[in-house]
Amino acid sequence: MNETLKLLPAQATDFAGQVDALYLFILAVTVIFTVLFFVLLVGFSIKYRRRKRAEGAAEEKAPEPPHEHYTLEIFGGAFLLVLLMIMFFWGAKLYFKAQTPPSDAMEILVTGKQWMWKIQHPSGKKEINTLHVPVGRAVRLSMTSEDVIHSFFIPAFRVKNDVLPGRYTQLWFKPTKEGTFHLFCAEYCGNEHARMIGFVKVISEEEYEAWTGTGPVEGETPVQAGERLFAELGCLACHNPASGALGPNLAGRFGSMVQLMDGTTVLHDENYTRESILNPMAKIVAGYAPIMPTFQGQVTEEQLGHLVAYIKSLATPSTEP
Amino acid sequence: MADSHPPYLAHHFEDLEQQKQSATLGIWLFLITEVMFFGGLFLGYIVYRGMYPEAWHLGSGKLDIVLGTVNTVVLIVSSLTMALAVRSAQINRPKACANYLLATIVLGTAFLGIKAVEYSAKFFPGEDAAYVLIPGANFFLDSPFSNGVQLFFSFYFTMTGMHAIHMIIGIGILAWLYVKARQGTYHEHYYNPVEVTGLYWHFVDIVWIFLFPLLYLIGRH
Amino acid sequence: MTSVTDTSASPPEKNYLNEKITVSSWLLSLDHKRIGLLYLISLLVFFLIGGAAALVFRLELLTPEANLLRSETYNKFFTTHGIVMIFFFLIPSIPAVLGNFLLPIMLGAKDFAFPKINLASWYVFMAGGLLGIIATIAGGVETGWTFYTPYSTMYANSNVILAVSGAFIAGFSSIMTALNFIVTIHKMRAPGLTWFRLPLFVWAMYATALVILLGTPVVAITLVMIFVERAFGFGIFDPALGGDPVLFQHLFWFYSHPAVYIMILPAMGVVSEVISCFSKRRLYGYKVIAFSSLAIAVIGFFVWGHHMFVSSQSTFASLTFSFLTFFVAVPTALKMLNWIMTLYKGSVSLASPMLYAFGFLGLFVIGGLTGLFLSTLGTDIHFHDTYFVVAHFHYVMVGGGVMGFLAGLHFWWPKMTGRKYPEAIAVFTAIVIFVGFNLTFFPQFQLGVHGMPRRYHVYPEEFQLLHIFSTSGAMVLGFGYTIMAIYLLWSLKFGQKAGSNPWDARGLEWETSSPPPTHNFHQTPVVRQPVYPYEAPSVTAPPANDSPEASHG
Ligand code: HEA
Ligand code: HEA
Ligand code: HEC
Ligand code: CUA
Ligand SMILES: [Cu+2]
Repeated sequence: MNETLKLLPAQATDFAGQVDALYLFILAVTVIFTVLFFVLLVGFSIKYRRRKRAEGAAEEKAPEPPHEHYTLEIFGGAFLLVLLMIMFFWGAKLYFKAQTPPSDAMEILVTGKQWMWKIQHPSGKKEINTLHVPVGRAVRLSMTSEDVIHSFFIPAFRVKNDVLPGRYTQLWFKPTKEGTFHLFCAEYCGNEHARMIGFVKVISEEEYEAWTGTGPVEGETPVQAGERLFAELGCLACHNPASGALGPNLAGRFGSMVQLMDGTTVLHDENYTRESILNPMAKIVAGYAPIMPTFQGQVTEEQLGHLVAYIKSLATPSTEP
Repeated sequence: MADSHPPYLAHHFEDLEQQKQSATLGIWLFLITEVMFFGGLFLGYIVYRGMYPEAWHLGSGKLDIVLGTVNTVVLIVSSLTMALAVRSAQINRPKACANYLLATIVLGTAFLGIKAVEYSAKFFPGEDAAYVLIPGANFFLDSPFSNGVQLFFSFYFTMTGMHAIHMIIGIGILAWLYVKARQGTYHEHYYNPVEVTGLYWHFVDIVWIFLFPLLYLIGRH
Repeated sequence: MTSVTDTSASPPEKNYLNEKITVSSWLLSLDHKRIGLLYLISLLVFFLIGGAAALVFRLELLTPEANLLRSETYNKFFTTHGIVMIFFFLIPSIPAVLGNFLLPIMLGAKDFAFPKINLASWYVFMAGGLLGIIATIAGGVETGWTFYTPYSTMYANSNVILAVSGAFIAGFSSIMTALNFIVTIHKMRAPGLTWFRLPLFVWAMYATALVILLGTPVVAITLVMIFVERAFGFGIFDPALGGDPVLFQHLFWFYSHPAVYIMILPAMGVVSEVISCFSKRRLYGYKVIAFSSLAIAVIGFFVWGHHMFVSSQSTFASLTFSFLTFFVAVPTALKMLNWIMTLYKGSVSLASPMLYAFGFLGLFVIGGLTGLFLSTLGTDIHFHDTYFVVAHFHYVMVGGGVMGFLAGLHFWWPKMTGRKYPEAIAVFTAIVIFVGFNLTFFPQFQLGVHGMPRRYHVYPEEFQLLHIFSTSGAMVLGFGYTIMAIYLLWSLKFGQKAGSNPWDARGLEWETSSPPPTHNFHQTPVVRQPVYPYEAPSVTAPPANDSPEASHG
């Protein structure tokens, strides 16, 4: 039988199962209402159909007008609202889940551009329009776009998130089933939008290790590349852990709340790091002079991703110098 | 019944009262749509100001506050003359009404003239100018905030531009009213058009009263 | 069928159609009825354009590969389809045609408060439509009807400026119409016609007009922003400058969600009239229906973010928007309930207008309920931008909006033209359209569930089967509309005379002759009865010296 005639598409994550459960609940509610509605509609129009009357007698006893009280509306409405609220909270719960990746998630960088997906693994291995992931391991995608808005969509995982230029967005999943699944760009992005598609290959842990290990790894991991850039671009000149001189020591900084000059605090997340590099003056860290030059135009999206990856890696004490 | 109507009462209205009320309600509804229209712009302005305070500070610093202030005064006076025009019509002084309308037109035009001067200063900064403030390919400003400032000027030109267009339309209507008024069309029994246009004119002024501080004064502390 | 003015409805009598028949007497007419017809003709042309485009790209979707249209061409087709159908057909449809024609008559007025503005609105609309068409001919637009930035501002290689200006100008015409509606409803009601004696169609028009007045200006300014960014290279949404493309989405949906209620509220108004007439009964819960329209209009302004659940708007925002969206469902559900309860103990006859009204009920329930899958955060992550959404909005817009429009068109056709169309064929067509519609769009829900993204002209094989159903349905649908086009045109010449009240309905429009005289009534009617007085024979007393209630204000 044709795939698409099945009630549900393939489920390749636990999350997919949970989404489907909610889907089936709403489906049940709506089907019941629809059936009820149709039954009443047809039933009433048959039971109360206009009887043929002798000509001229048309006016005799028209149906009496309905009386004006609203009990039915009030109770009907209240009942409906209860059902709706169940949907809301249930849906919200799943949404939260989709928004908060587990801390141990493996991180993969995704860059969308008209019309392809560029993907880089922690090992530094790169691929295009295909995403290899190990089964049973939580994966977090850190995504950005080089041009217009795209949207990363894996139906079998029931996950989707827009990919925006000039910003990082995220998406996470934990495959439970090996196999090959569709990867679509869901946000219209121009002529070849329909061809900005690919596959997600869920493979066993070992296969994954083997796969990332071998193949054309260009020397370094994103973190290593970031570290190199950090030196090359002269970041070290100011962000030097040894002499905590001009700029704040970035070690252990990521993920913490940062005190700003204007008294406010911000969470040091990917978008904050990104902003600090491209537009340093936007938020000045308390106790420092606004001397950091902008690196706008000097770093590519990819290099930016590497720098962020590096600064992130500094957060965990192990890599601290 | 239609023939018992006075010439200035449209045939589909029962009486003058109904016609007057309709016109007034109509213009107020229209002004509400105008509020929503500029509201969209102000929203964008506020969002971005929150994101790039320094840039907004720099940007408004680049505006000519003197001309801005003069223009504000000009516009407020024009509102006064407009109000007087309506009043004159109400108390049956067609001549005065016409003159006040003329005054309003003159002031409105003056405003646009001054704005033109301001714009051209941005368009033709002169050879030695350190910056070009027209958003777009050749926007140039030597500052880490130049991007934000470009956003600021995008809003500056869009907002003042939209306002200017409203002024031009207003002046057009006023001109037409002026011709009519000269013929003594408006008097104590019939002055809707003047009154309604007046409301529109005041609204356009009020928009400026918001634009002026937001664009010129912000961050001049 | 005995209504006082029937006698005055004898054939040779002058009416708004035969009063003057020169071209200029039509193109310069200030008569709201003629303006209504001008709109009707123009809108049907736009519907045909949009529909033809749909049929073409539906054909492309028959196969997984692109063998009929190149990617760019396909994108231009669905963009044209979306823009034309929404901005140039459905938004104006019921208000500009039926509203224009009926509102003053239902209020017992001679015309709208501002007839000149009313005529102007048509010219403005045509100007906008023309720009839209020029944009299409000049090479087409391929941004999607949503014009998302930065694609529309910096990347799309097409006539975005023209299209945007077209939509912008069309917006003005709906503002003019809405303004006229509100003022007229407030100020021009006949003596004795109190608010709660207004037909529900009028209430619906009032709510719609409110939404138009508050929403349209915002999309207008948003389009202006796109315009300046594209035309003058300003940067407003440009990420490279730190501009925020998501801000555009907020501004766009702030209008475009309420716009969906601009499209459905009038249809609900029509359906209320039709159901009441063909159940021979005042509507159950008149006030509930009246006020639920207002409730929908108001709440509708605070849910726009439900189009952006995966656009990386803040989680808090998503929660709020989802929550509020569910509240819109309630007043709508109550309307459904009231319509059903009106049939209960009524005297139901299934004439063609009633069948279309039933079509509305059946399809809109499905469309509306599927909206719940989309307003639920957890499920929308999956359904967003898939065919599930496409199916949802065709069920509400075509199944709801267009069906409502057709119900109204059939209901008031005799009033507008003075002729009856062949009932049997009309009934048959109603069924064809209902079947064709479901065949077209029901499979699309399943496509969405299985993850078929929208705006795709090439797709993986497994989706083909359902696409074949959908395309064949579209053909049936097109066939149905074609028959309708034919018999309606036929009736203009050969249809039998209608008489002033062919459906034995209540309401002022049925108290005057069909077609109505230029000034609608021979003397201003005075209303003495409650609304929908089906229990009594229809009467309208001539103005008595004791005019019951004041109606101005
Ligand atoms: C006429 C137009 C119209 C109408 C009326 C609606 C009505 C609703 N819409 Fe729809 N919607 C669109 C047109 C419309 N929509 C369009 C065009 C889009 C896509 C835009 C684009 O991206 O291109 C869209 C997209 C859209 C989305 C975004 C999907 C996405 O892109 O991810 C959402 C999400 O919440 C949504 C929700 C709703 C809801 C909850 C309603 C509610 O108002 C529905 C309320 C009605 C009901 C709930 C049914 C009532 C009946 C019952 C409850 C039965 C009662 C039974 C008895 C009494 C017996 N719609
Ligand atoms: C009022 C709004 C409206 C209406 C009535 C329709 C009507 C139809 N729509 Fe449309 N549709 C939209 C609004 C509407 N649509 C919108 C807003 C979009 C989104 C666009 C975007 O993504 O930007 C969309 C997108 C859309 C898609 C998705 C495209 C994609 O994402 O790739 C599809 C696919 O099947 C589709 C199909 C149809 C069909 C088959 C009809 C049929 O009902 C059409 C039937 C009508 C006719 C056939 C014409 C009338 C016929 C006659 C008068 C007879 C004589 C003429 C002929 C026989 C040719 N529409
Ligand atoms: C000329 C000195 C200088 C250079 C070169 C420099 N920085 Fe900075 N940086 C600073 C200063 C000073 C601050 C604190 C004030 C501020 O926030 O702008 C800072 C802040 C930061 C922050 C935010 C720190 C926090 O935790 O809030 C990040 C991230 C950062 N820099 C990254 C970089 C990167 C990456 C580079 C190189 C590509 C770089 N910096 C180059 C001086 C510099
Ligand atoms: Cu990328 Cu669609
Ligand atoms: Cu919506």
